[in-house]
Amino acid sequence: MQGSIAIDQSPSVQYLLRVGDTCLILGQRIAEWCGHAPILEEDIAMSNMALDLIGQARAVLTHAGQLEGRGHDEDQLAYLRDEKDYRNLTLVELPRGDFAFTVLRNAMVATLMKLLWERLRDSSDAELAGIAGKAIKEARYHQQHAADWVVRLGDGTDESRQRIEKALRELWLYVPELFESDAVDEAAQAQGLGPRWADLRAPWLEEMDTILDEATLSRPDEAAFRSTGKRGVHSEHMGFILAEMQHLQRAFPGGVW
Amino acid sequence: MSALAAMATTRCEQAWGVLDSVLDPEVPALSVRDLGIVRDVVDHGEALEIVLTPTYSGCPATEVIEHDVLQAIAKAGLGPAHVTLQRAPAWTTDWISAEGRRKLFEYGIAPPGPAAPDGAVPIRIFGRRADAVACPRCGSSNTERLSAFGSTACKSMYRCVSCREPFEHFKPI
Repeated sequence: MQGSIAIDQSPSVQYLLRVGDTCLILGQRIAEWCGHAPILEEDIAMSNMALDLIGQARAVLTHAGQLEGRGHDEDQLAYLRDEKDYRNLTLVELPRGDFAFTVLRNAMVATLMKLLWERLRDSSDAELAGIAGKAIKEARYHQQHAADWVVRLGDGTDESRQRIEKALRELWLYVPELFESDAVDEAAQAQGLGPRWADLRAPWLEEMDTILDEATLSRPDEAAFRSTGKRGVHSEHMGFILAEMQHLQRAFPGGVW
Repeated sequence: MSALAAMATTRCEQAWGVLDSVLDPEVPALSVRDLGIVRDVVDHGEALEIVLTPTYSGCPATEVIEHDVLQAIAKAGLGPAHVTLQRAPAWTTDWISAEGRRKLFEYGIAPPGPAAPDGAVPIRIFGRRADAVACPRCGSSNTERLSAFGSTACKSMYRCVSCREPFEHFKPI
């Protein structure tokens, strides 16, 4: 059995882990649709987006490992950390739910990532800026795809509308976490590594409103609840997804095929 | 080519020639040069460095392409060589050569139009009413998009309303 690795707590490494882990865990969740999506085209679309996200996570985690300087590669970071050392948004670890839940979450995360990658292209960290230059193109497609579906379901049948309204109520609870600032964000902003996520809130809401309006849905009020995945305190769902992801590397250290 | 001329060409020029024969494993109508993913070939004396750029972050063909490139260089007797991946500036379909576009069309894949300019892109809600893409079988522009994603990361699925045939479109990115 392979033990866990300890992670550097410096703000720049933590900032990169937030980006990389959010891509990694959402990629894993979306990949669960492979073989289960309602139609073949969507099965393929979900798998494609999962691949993009996991590719982005690989690049960011590799870079986080280099910055950390402890010799951790992308695989060690993806598979050998304890739950408290993952820095993804709680939003992305929630179980995949039905198709409405999935496409609405994809729209929320893709919109965030699009805005984030846009700004990371100007990062003082040249490697991160390079990753962002590639990822932004993919995030635009992800957002477009998810937005089309939110509109189709929101402005669709009674059944589809009821499902996406339910998803909206559930998912909106996790929005405040996206834009909460803390010392990690402030440090990243100060050194030019990347934006404070709080600064993405206004453009994010504007784009989400465009999508929700077109879908004839109303944006819920902001919840008082605060999720804390970005700080390593996760929901009860995180342990299960990690158990599935990590099993092979823990049981067969360094296993490849 | 005469033996003398062959000797006169540099190792780098020969390597570029070899890369013309290395095909993209997922779109085998195109060579890696047609695709525009070879950034540079540098002769370091001892070893050749081939600089490649990935098409999509998660493209599973990237590692296969690296392997195929090194194998072709070795087979041509130009080794030793190694591949370096360079991300910036990011690859765009605008780098697919005119020859590459012609090959795509003949292969039955609608080539990409110009990529969106590098800036903020507004969200467009359009469902299936995507930009007009000419059918590679009958040439009609009366086509509709079935899905923004296709059998590989770089393609989307379309159908021609005129000739009723489905086809793939290389996404502009």
